[in-house]
Amino acid sequence: MSEYIGDNSRTGSSDESGPFDEWIPSFCARFGHEYFCQVPTEFIEDDFNMTGLAQEVPHYRKALDLVLDLEAMSDEEGQDSEEPVSRSIVEHAAEQLFGLVHARYILTKPGLQAMAEKFDHKEFGTCPRYYCAGMQMLPCGLTDSLGKLTVRLYCPSCQDLYLPQSSRHLCLEGAFWGTSFPGVFLKHFKELEDYVDRKTKETYQLRVFGFCISDEAPSGSRMRWLRQYPKTEEELAELEACEFQIPEVQ
Amino acid sequence: MADVEMVEAHSDTADGSGSSEYVEFWIDLFLGRKGHEYFCDVDTDYITDRFNLINLQKTVNKFTQVIQYMVDDLDDNSLEQMSSARLEQLEHDACKLYGLIHARYVITIKGLQKMLQKYKEADFGRCPRVYCNFQPLLPVGLHDAPGQDCVKLYCACCEDLYIPKSSRHSSIDGAYFGTSFAGMFLQAFPEMVPKHPVKRYVPKIFGFELHKQAQVARWQELQRVKLEQKLNAKGVNGGYK
Repeated sequence: MSEYIGDNSRTGSSDESGPFDEWIPSFCARFGHEYFCQVPTEFIEDDFNMTGLAQEVPHYRKALDLVLDLEAMSDEEGQDSEEPVSRSIVEHAAEQLFGLVHARYILTKPGLQAMAEKFDHKEFGTCPRYYCAGMQMLPCGLTDSLGKLTVRLYCPSCQDLYLPQSSRHLCLEGAFWGTSFPGVFLKHFKELEDYVDRKTKETYQLRVFGFCISDEAPSGSRMRWLRQYPKTEEELAELEACEFQIPEVQ
Repeated sequence: MADVEMVEAHSDTADGSGSSEYVEFWIDLFLGRKGHEYFCDVDTDYITDRFNLINLQKTVNKFTQVIQYMVDDLDDNSLEQMSSARLEQLEHDACKLYGLIHARYVITIKGLQKMLQKYKEADFGRCPRVYCNFQPLLPVGLHDAPGQDCVKLYCACCEDLYIPKSSRHSSIDGAYFGTSFAGMFLQAFPEMVPKHPVKRYVPKIFGFELHKQAQVARWQELQRVKLEQKLNAKGVNGGYK
């Protein structure tokens, strides 16, 4: 817990109000946690939103109390019921619990708004691909269960997945954003699609002294299809045919 | 490699003006500087061969002096007589000229061999694309004239261009590697062309693919299948995995 970043504009007011740090703002302000948005306590307090999480996170009750800053109260109650659990284990469980709630929260309307704000400020980084010209990316998980894969970044412009540039983001759990987030985000903010459509569809072709390399050479172009979009009428007709499955090629 | 020690020994003299006090060569100092990891070392013989320098004369002032400075042929007397402003200019010109000679050198057989070593050690970084699986990158320029655009990185796996991760690399001029290097490299070492991954990502909501994106992805896959069939008909292996 020694890695707190100095006062952030959003957490500033709450830090000054009392001697103790609220758990959620301080968690989100931690170094390397720039991808998280703050989940309001009301969302967590609603039991409906927490359905099924008790089975996924160990020491659920204690972790929940920690996230909601109800520690002191539960300590008194818990003394007689069970043996004390070490603080670091509860802390870890609290992080997992918050991460999973976070994945649910960012699919709601206020959550999407909060993430859109971060998206606009390029807080998830920009696409490393040259022709995407600094398009903002969205965090994305490849699985919804804990401890499997770390977070990836989705670029709406080239529709591809990238690894975070900074090593401090490479160890973040992918399930804390979930597999559905980029899809819901794209569907919710329709204007993003129009914006992406207007972007250049230019691609790079390998050349030697200005001459293109033949397709038949080993280093010839093999991946053009990945960045190709239907343009001509014939291609658009082909796209129609691809509505539900890939048609057979003669 | 000798330049690894150089980094430690001379990172403090990064401006390079004090180089004459050391026995180390200018080229080694240049290569050891932070941010110059992409460059390979050019043979002195190559630099001093006038044939290799055709059309470079006009790129810098006092061309012969700059060449002498680069290969440490300039005598100490004339160096001491120079004003600090002139030394700074000389250092700047030497860096530029080295870059332009470097662009020519890396497409020779010897240069390609040296770059192959650097490629194998992934000195140019690795592809950030998830499905490329940390494929090493190759530096390319988009222009052959200096001062137009910075260096870009080419991934032989997805055949796309990326911006260097670190800002000290993205400020290097692309002309110092040239437009032909990546193509030449893969032509010279066809065994270095990796298998191309077919896997790709389509955004999903609760497991269901977004229709529009999935449709385009299917169309793109159709284009790939068509290309593969065309290549197979000619007896060429598509190299997909």
